[in-house]
Amino acid sequence: MQPSRDDFVIAIRSAFLKKGTKQRFSLIALLFFSITLIVLGKYNFVGINYLKAIINEVVYRSSYIVSIPEKYAVLSYNTVRDHFMLYEDYNIVKKKLKKIESQKYNIDFLIAENNKLKKTLEDVSYSSDEQHAKVLIDKESPFLRSIIINKGTKHNITKGMTILNDNYLVGKVVEVNFSTARVLLLSDLNSKTPVTIEPGSIQAILSGTGKNNGTIQYAKENLPINVGSIVFTSGAGGLFKEGIPIGKIAEINNKKVIDFFSDFSQLGFVKVVLYSKEKN
Amino acid sequence: MVIQKKSKIFTNLLKLAPIIILFVSVLNEFDLNYIKYFSFNFPFILIFYWSLKKSDSLGYGYIFVAGLINDVVIGFPIGSTSVNYLLICGFASYLRNITLRPNMIQDWFFFLFTILVVNSMSYMMLNLFFSTNVDYTNLFYNTFFTFLFYLVFANLFKIYQKLVFKEAND
Repeated sequence: MQPSRDDFVIAIRSAFLKKGTKQRFSLIALLFFSITLIVLGKYNFVGINYLKAIINEVVYRSSYIVSIPEKYAVLSYNTVRDHFMLYEDYNIVKKKLKKIESQKYNIDFLIAENNKLKKTLEDVSYSSDEQHAKVLIDKESPFLRSIIINKGTKHNITKGMTILNDNYLVGKVVEVNFSTARVLLLSDLNSKTPVTIEPGSIQAILSGTGKNNGTIQYAKENLPINVGSIVFTSGAGGLFKEGIPIGKIAEINNKKVIDFFSDFSQLGFVKVVLYSKEKN
Repeated sequence: MVIQKKSKIFTNLLKLAPIIILFVSVLNEFDLNYIKYFSFNFPFILIFYWSLKKSDSLGYGYIFVAGLINDVVIGFPIGSTSVNYLLICGFASYLRNITLRPNMIQDWFFFLFTILVVNSMSYMMLNLFFSTNVDYTNLFYNTFFTFLFYLVFANLFKIYQKLVFKEAND
């Protein structure tokens, strides 16, 4: 048994410790260096944050350029598919438009009434400061769901800012660099958002699933949540302004999920919004 | 003379192709995850194959940098993918040292063992050290498809190796 154990040790030593021909670094040295980076990153060492910021700036731009051919191929496929679906889509949109037209008048009245009531109650209203940003990287990793936008600290972007697509909530800013920022999408496993489900004003927490939908957490079990109910931000915790539409309740495999209004795989431009409270 | 010089540059570019493809794949996050659950880790396959068959075609320094880039693109803690990539190099290098008669099936199953170890370590590190939730199902499918696709890409790389490096390394 002794010789085979020796062979194992020699093979391991040769693989990790010996510098190969044409190799400038030994494997073990680089492994130690990587582990040091991880440990320093974990404890937010200042030098690592600077290194990360520099790499981010260079890599995000390069990644955007490198992914242009793939983006173009996907775009072409979607364009062709949309052309084939045109007639079907037209009929669906026509039906929806009729329904929306009839609802619009009611909504206008309700908005006016709501504003009047808010003023009477001296409630807070929000003013918003918004900018448009281009999505640089929108690759959906199977593990993390995030996008990179082309606005950073030089455009006054700060952590926690709200990201909207066509007035629907998409996510929030979690990392800011000089000219870019990372947005954590609502579909990410680590994303938790306080929501209200209407009708019924049911308070719950929306959690990402890592897929293209979300789940409802921490809602009372006996409360009726019906398919088709609309999910809005509740404004609890001060994370987001209340009433931003997110999605609607759908049922997949007998399980209630939130089907987002926005298609996170098709984001081209997004709105970065900073809501600030102002007293009436 | 000019034609000869041009042809030399072209040959050198072809020899650098594994590194170039590695950088393009980490920058573009090449995993074809357009179908539900389907995704695979192309850099794992590329690094394992070329470290095993032609270790001098990929420098460890470049692999380390590619790992850093991948961390930035997918938003993982900096250094974590570099550790994964370098561990794959280590496993491939170990296999090369103990192998007398190379065999594709043996390589394939050793690759499975390697990615299982590397992905498990990565999962544990993200969960325990950084408290980041990672979808276990997605990771499982990713590992499975990476294992399946190894054979396909290994054969393609083998053909490329024969054409460009003029050697048959079974």
